[in-house]
Amino acid sequence: MCTYVTEKIELDGAGKGGSGWFTLSEGAVYVDHPYHACHEHTVNIDFTNPADGPSARVAVELTEESALALIEAIQKALAAAPAGLASGRRHVTSS
Amino acid sequence: MPDMNDAMWAGTVEITGSGQAALEAYLARPLGDSPRGGVVVIHHMPGYDDSTKEIVRRFAANGYAAVCPNLYSREGAGVSPDDQAAAARAKGGIPDEQLVGDVAAAMAYLNSLDHANGKIGVIGYCSGGRQSFLAATSLQLDAAVDCYGAFVVNETPPESPLQMKSLISKAPDLSCPLLGLFGADDAYPGPEEVAALSAELEKLGKEHEFHSYPDAGHAFFSPDRPSYRPAAAVEGWKKVFDFFGRHLSV
Repeated sequence: MCTYVTEKIELDGAGKGGSGWFTLSEGAVYVDHPYHACHEHTVNIDFTNPADGPSARVAVELTEESALALIEAIQKALAAAPAGLASGRRHVTSS
Repeated sequence: MPDMNDAMWAGTVEITGSGQAALEAYLARPLGDSPRGGVVVIHHMPGYDDSTKEIVRRFAANGYAAVCPNLYSREGAGVSPDDQAAAARAKGGIPDEQLVGDVAAAMAYLNSLDHANGKIGVIGYCSGGRQSFLAATSLQLDAAVDCYGAFVVNETPPESPLQMKSLISKAPDLSCPLLGLFGADDAYPGPEEVAALSAELEKLGKEHEFHSYPDAGHAFFSPDRPSYRPAAAVEGWKKVFDFFGRHLSV
């Protein structure tokens, strides 16, 4: 099935795509058919910068278990660091 | 004596779509000189990919001239089809009026080819199934096939950025016979949506033929995906060629 539901978020960071590193500005998360992964459905995440064109994209297709494990790993990694260490606001005020 | 009439030409062409946009398109046509019908292939939501091009060649192998416009061409030339699909999705999908213009351009292109008999059918998969119905209710066609298109009757959920409007109010404008091929285990469209469409067409006296295959869900025609169901796909292809055989010959 195509769920047709896409969660979009603003992102601040960088990603490495087919033509090298680029600045990220947006992300999209949707549960749908994968393009490449050999499963009927996956959690698909696109890290993009539309201003740089459609090729500025890092795509991942994860099983539900993998996506949930990723969320948990991100939360654990953030919890292990001092609060605000990786904050974009911190970076702006300290530069 | 082997059949010497099975040679084909297949490759990329350019057509002028809605809003005068240059569209990449994949054409396959027999090399023989028999009069033939044309088929517009509408790709699935993941885009203009290799398996869709195989579908186009399959129609040529069966005697039709077939063309699949890359509906995501506007996302830029030289961009890979998966990136084009992601960009189109992020923008909310293809506007209905643009789709109709692109299909109209593909129809005109097919009718301009040598040996065209003037009959045109349309077939679409997944989101293309809905778009096949949209084309058949907006343009004068000779046959239309909807392969598991959702949101023909129902609306997309309000939280979805892809706002697919119900097309059911357009059903009285259906210009040609409709073949619908569905997976009984699909949720989009679910059996109730398929039944509602069938009932509406019945009420309107519109010629249609629906088949729902057991043990098959969405995308059962896709041979490169785990959703592939050989029994449903083999039977479905028979229905498609029987249907086009009846409606696209002169």
